[in-house]
Amino acid sequence: MKRAALILPLLAPGCAGIQSANGRDAVQGALIGRLFDVFLGVAVVVYALVIVYLALALLRGRRHRRRESGLQGEPAPSLERPWRIGLILFASATALILFGLAIATWLTDRALAKAGAEAPLEVEVIGNQWWWEVRYQDPVASRIVRTANELHLPVGQTTRLTLKSNDVIHSMWIPNLSGKQDMIPGRESDLALHPTRTGTFRAQCAEFCGMQHANMALDVTVESPADFRRWYEAQLVPQPAPGGAAAAGYAIFQNRQCASCHAVGGTPASGQVAPDLTHVASRNTIAAGALPMSRENLARWVSDPQAVKPGNNMPKVPLSQSELGALVAYLETLK
Amino acid sequence: MSEERPRDDYLRDGPNLTGAELDAVLDETWRDGPGLMGWIRSVDHKSIGKRYLVTAIVFLGLGGILAALMRIQLSGPGHHFLGPDRYNQIFTMHGTTMMFLFAVPVMDAMAIYLVPLMIGTRNTAFPRLNAFSYWMYLAGGTLLWVAFVLNVGPDAGWFSYVPLAGPEYSPGKRVDIWAQMVTFTEVAALAVAVSLTATILKKRAPGMTLARMPIFVWAILIVSLMVILSMPSVALASSMLLADRLVGTQFYNSYELGDPLLWQHLFWFFGHPEVYIIFLPAAGFVSEIVQAYTGRQTFGYTTIVLALCATGLLAFGLWVHHMFATGLPRLGYAFYTAASMAVSIPAGIQIFCWIATIWTGRPRFMVPMLWVVGFIVTFVIGGLTGVMLASVPIDLQVHDTYFVVAHFHYVLIGGAVFPLLGAITYWFPKFTGRMMSEGLGKVSFWLSFLSFQGTFFPMHIVGIEGMPRRVYTYPAGMGWDTLNLISSISAFVFAGSVILFVANMLLSMRGGEQAPDNPWGAPGLEWKAASPPRPYNHAHIPIVLDNTPLWNAEQPVAYGLRVEDRELVLTTVLDARPDLREPSPEPTAWPLIAALATTVMFISSIFTPWAVAIGSVPIGVALIAWFWPKGPPHPDPVIE
Amino acid sequence: MSLRFPEVIAAMLMLAATGCHRESRDYRSLALQAQDRTKAFGGNAFHLAQGQRLYAWMNCAGCHSHGGGGMGPPLRDDEWRYGGSLPEIVTTILDGRPNGMPSFRGKITEDQAWQLATYVRSLSARTREDILSGRADEPSNVEPPVLDERKPVRRVTPRQDDASEE
Repeated sequence: MKRAALILPLLAPGCAGIQSANGRDAVQGALIGRLFDVFLGVAVVVYALVIVYLALALLRGRRHRRRESGLQGEPAPSLERPWRIGLILFASATALILFGLAIATWLTDRALAKAGAEAPLEVEVIGNQWWWEVRYQDPVASRIVRTANELHLPVGQTTRLTLKSNDVIHSMWIPNLSGKQDMIPGRESDLALHPTRTGTFRAQCAEFCGMQHANMALDVTVESPADFRRWYEAQLVPQPAPGGAAAAGYAIFQNRQCASCHAVGGTPASGQVAPDLTHVASRNTIAAGALPMSRENLARWVSDPQAVKPGNNMPKVPLSQSELGALVAYLETLK
Repeated sequence: MSEERPRDDYLRDGPNLTGAELDAVLDETWRDGPGLMGWIRSVDHKSIGKRYLVTAIVFLGLGGILAALMRIQLSGPGHHFLGPDRYNQIFTMHGTTMMFLFAVPVMDAMAIYLVPLMIGTRNTAFPRLNAFSYWMYLAGGTLLWVAFVLNVGPDAGWFSYVPLAGPEYSPGKRVDIWAQMVTFTEVAALAVAVSLTATILKKRAPGMTLARMPIFVWAILIVSLMVILSMPSVALASSMLLADRLVGTQFYNSYELGDPLLWQHLFWFFGHPEVYIIFLPAAGFVSEIVQAYTGRQTFGYTTIVLALCATGLLAFGLWVHHMFATGLPRLGYAFYTAASMAVSIPAGIQIFCWIATIWTGRPRFMVPMLWVVGFIVTFVIGGLTGVMLASVPIDLQVHDTYFVVAHFHYVLIGGAVFPLLGAITYWFPKFTGRMMSEGLGKVSFWLSFLSFQGTFFPMHIVGIEGMPRRVYTYPAGMGWDTLNLISSISAFVFAGSVILFVANMLLSMRGGEQAPDNPWGAPGLEWKAASPPRPYNHAHIPIVLDNTPLWNAEQPVAYGLRVEDRELVLTTVLDARPDLREPSPEPTAWPLIAALATTVMFISSIFTPWAVAIGSVPIGVALIAWFWPKGPPHPDPVIE
Repeated sequence: MSLRFPEVIAAMLMLAATGCHRESRDYRSLALQAQDRTKAFGGNAFHLAQGQRLYAWMNCAGCHSHGGGGMGPPLRDDEWRYGGSLPEIVTTILDGRPNGMPSFRGKITEDQAWQLATYVRSLSARTREDILSGRADEPSNVEPPVLDERKPVRRVTPRQDDASEE
């Protein structure tokens, strides 16, 4: 009974979270979800039949026991014949059911391949320990957008992600939208996404990649094509050096360790080995999904990244309270 | 048995030498020496089987403690009970301990103990090799756990994917220790497999044709062949990993035309057959248990044997289903989907047959039968989720999530541990001469069965709801909190139930009811021997006429084996006609010494390549001493 | 088997207490005196591996190649113009040296400088063998990797060449 109740959440796609395969918020996810429903239905029926068979055997067996026993051993072949026939029927039925499930799988595979064939939008995602580099491709090189730890997708269009890795094997998994694909160093693979519902979702690395594998997540925002265009154009705008209150923080950023690894477009900071921070304040989370974006969390992260994500590659930079405050104030202007 | 023998006044068993007199002579010939030295030098398969069993259960306990630690950490979001480094070491150690140090060795333990008794002989083939394999297993397990305690435990997962486990991303010796432990356990498993294969093919009692072998013996034969074919793959892979890490080869470096996927192929070519190596002996257990407790021979003997063979063969064609997310060609994947689905057919056939046996028999619901029923109810769920995982689109969603964790615990615990616990209960009277407590056994069964469902069923849901594997923590508000808490609480109850089972074993060893030779009225030859068996197993070599020897009124025996020296009968492979008499080795300490020399060489080679050259010398000396020809104490004269 | 169990447990607990310095992953900031830092960083495999990654990220290979030298002196040999002990290499990195070694103070943290120095020192085999790794996961015989994503030697899935390849 308990088990039956626990199955119910599986069958209620509407109540799915932001990181759930039950979400089925894309063509790919929906196809896979439908296939899963078929398998689940077949599995439940088959299991019920096996349990009924077992229960009957246990009950029938009890009755046999009360009769007197002769010499033990194998019953007469004539008694066994119906069971042999039953065995053949059972094996054939199993094979047929599996064949049917294999056909269903094949059909889903074909549909998935077709759904991903045409991709007006191409995005390259490169896995690093423990953050994601994201580059939107564009035929005009000056319109390539480089960002990190976030993905914006237009609803109703297919986006193709080209997946690579800079170090170990990672895996891109946006459960609400699609199955996963591994990112293997030295290889490229791709993942097609055709979202059908706007909203924010969460992706997570799905291949053990070291110390902070648990904290390597990605914000996925699916929005209308118009909103997407607006976001894209905003990403192309550089961040000139600010005056006023943010100038102190700007100076710290440029002259201290930050600029060695991070880049902010429009400033001298052009480090390539850490997430691009040009528009960091417009993201929903920081540290690859580890903390929601807020002033307190920015301060908490910058002052001691090792306390939030122990073992990650961002060092603890000694900063005084006033320096920290100034730096965070500057980062908040990077919308 | 030639007629041209010269003078022959050696003592042989026969109608003139039987009963207590025979027992005294055979006991003198076959028993181990006294004390610790006697135990160390033992080549008796029963002694080696028991030490394998005890050691495997210790590792089960250690692996279980690790699981408990993990479940504490994951019982709620954002816990700080374990940091990421410790957690990664713990989940790696949990998987490695359970797969390499518990699951395969415990099946080996049961096989080493039971097979010679079941086929009517006095010892395995190559008994010194069996002894050697135990010491190698113990050394490998000790190496791993001492390293873990010293913060040098591996932390890259039990599957140790490169490049994470490679030289750049796993600094230090952690992964090297893991890779060398694999070498130890593979050598041990290969040694046991060779010994058991030879035993089963050549040492069966006269008349026990292949078609009259117990199903458990068939399972062990198939498993041993699988071990021989699959273990070299992982031994090779781990040696290549060691070479990459220590010597600077480029096997897995994609930038130098190596390939990280090579590791995955080699590892899973072993890894998939490995799980069937664990499951098939359990299927053998179930066949023996239902036979005894229903009073009839297992339905569909030939079918079940063919199903075991089919599973063993198919198991080698499935490994890519662990790699569905890696981007290999989709057409290739289709073959592995088909094979992975097909492998459930032989398993399903076996379940049909077992249930048919119960239906047409007279079942008695003693504790081992309960475990069998629990096995069927649980394993089928695991098999059905396995069919789901065989489908590539579904797998791409649930791969590397807790759905997979649920699946494999259902098939490994439900499909192997439940039958194992039933088998231990079933054969406990034979091992120790006492019965396990029936009441405690029933309690521990129900506790285990129910708490197992509570621990692992929620993981199916939590995996579909987005929780990946191998994470040391998870954020709040994802909808995973309650289900994880249920899992954690149930896990502790499950741990308690296993402790209860072991307590039952320990208490029964001291104060359990005395057991007769055949408490269950079972048909197998092992039940003809005493409980516990005498050092020589059977007083006379039995002659087997059908599948259920002890259910026949007539149970003929063979006479003529020497009794003052260790001597066994070899029979032909198919028809088990008596063929040769062969001396069986006397107890010796050389297997232990050879194992020590090999251990020293393996461990030091992690630290310096010189160890390979220098360390080979003591190994060579030990092996020469071991194999130095020495016949039995009173050899037969050579016929000119 | 039950003979020496308590003794074995006791021994293991004692060993556990000492731990194994080579393997500890000290990712918190290490505010120690100079002598302690030499021991803390010098004998630790994790810091050496991090140093190896920093060597790539900070483009040390731009002048020093993979230790063979180019514009800058080789690091794999036994000649140290400004001293080859760990603290001396740290000073070289942080303060710069005459003849073209730039100063990295303020560009990397002190701990990162110690990690880099540990790695650099290992290039001339002045480090225990059990801490070194056999190789790096990168092309070993080609030009130093660019700071951007490492281009693999062989592309497995062919892609149409961009028009930008002019």
